[in-house]
Amino acid sequence: MDYQFPSLPYAFNALEPHIDAQTMEIHYTKHHKTYFDKFVAAIKETESNGKSLEEIFANVSKLPMAVRNHGGGLYNHTMFWESMSPNGGGVPAGKLSDAINAMYGSFEDFKTKFNDAAANRFGSGWAWLSVKADNSLCVCSSANQDNPLMDTSDCPATPILGLDVWEHAYYLKFQNRRPEYISAFWNVVNWEVIEARYNSIVK
Amino acid sequence: MKKILVYFVVLMAIPFALKAQQEPFHKFAPLPYAYDALEPYIDKMTMEIHYDKHHRAYYNNFMAAVKGTELEKTPMLSIFATISTQPAAIRNNAGGYWNHEMFWNCMKPNGGGAPTGKLGEAITSTFGSFDNFKKQFAEAGVKRFGSGWVWLVVGKDGKLFISSTANQDNPLMNIAEQPGTPVFCLDVWEHAYYLKYQNKRGDYINAWWNAVNWDFAQKLYAEALEKK
Ligand SMILES: [Fe+2]
Ligand SMILES: [Fe+2]
Repeated sequence: MDYQFPSLPYAFNALEPHIDAQTMEIHYTKHHKTYFDKFVAAIKETESNGKSLEEIFANVSKLPMAVRNHGGGLYNHTMFWESMSPNGGGVPAGKLSDAINAMYGSFEDFKTKFNDAAANRFGSGWAWLSVKADNSLCVCSSANQDNPLMDTSDCPATPILGLDVWEHAYYLKFQNRRPEYISAFWNVVNWEVIEARYNSIVK
Repeated sequence: MKKILVYFVVLMAIPFALKAQQEPFHKFAPLPYAYDALEPYIDKMTMEIHYDKHHRAYYNNFMAAVKGTELEKTPMLSIFATISTQPAAIRNNAGGYWNHEMFWNCMKPNGGGAPTGKLGEAITSTFGSFDNFKKQFAEAGVKRFGSGWVWLVVGKDGKLFISSTANQDNPLMNIAEQPGTPVFCLDVWEHAYYLKYQNKRGDYINAWWNAVNWDFAQKLYAEALEKK
């Protein structure tokens, strides 16, 4: 399989005022593109060339760091763009909503837990809502471009929602105020996509 | 009259005595130059947020984390020497507090150029040339994935080496892969350059060489050798 650099599913300014156009443009055309280019270059040097990212992550501890870092950067950002929408926000519905309420008590309590995971990740990384092997939900965070699909993860699971908390994701608009960026993010979360991911895992 | 004078002197001394009592052992040092002093290499807004928000938050969080413990009056180098036994809040914030104070001193207005004296000689003999050293140091900065620092370090054998650490770790911490005494450092967290350079960390490092303070590095180098 050939690796493709995915297109951004909306315009750079589509998530304004929550995520600004300049941040989106640099984030997608520079950061994400660089992860893609460096991943393609790194994976070519291995026997895993052509495998899906999921297969690669399941074995990532045995692969070069460049594959882990840039493969993670490629996958995480693709998922991140798809998790947001100009018509996002609100609350999840259906089975995902039921599972969140059952696990965390309420949507607000879930948000608090996710916000804490995102705010407390020291340095660069991601916060995740994932589905574990037993179909239960879990919130965790990972350093740098790691994710819960990697065999190096201390919270192994299938992520359905990820939030980038590298400073590059918010610094132009929010500078040191990461919690404000996290609050703004909830206004653009595309719950339909997150629900579809959840349903395809627990079906 | 003499009695009144004594009262007067005692009264005058009270504010100083109180101040000495309130003065914390770990202090938040002033920035050694104005926010715009490193323009155009490091912009004013970055300096202001970096010092007044990031550095201050590390300091405040560190002070909160050590409050009421013996670390409140323990020298930073001793804290770093036992950092593996401390919670993450102390490791992260102690590092952030100490590293940034060193970083401000590694820069100055009208800085740049090349080191002279003993440090200049040691850099040339260790790395072949000053340009080779710069290349290796910059490369360590570009290659550090995520947030972290680059260091020029004096090892236990007295020799210089370049290392990089993640997040707010440093070579003085007992968890350091390459321990030693740092004499020069560079912050490569995105907050150090993103407002002006965005994703172009390499450009930030190139510009930064124009603002470095070799006198300070030279002083730390001499101190490090003396301790041997
Ligand atoms: Fe990112
Ligand atoms: Fe910094």
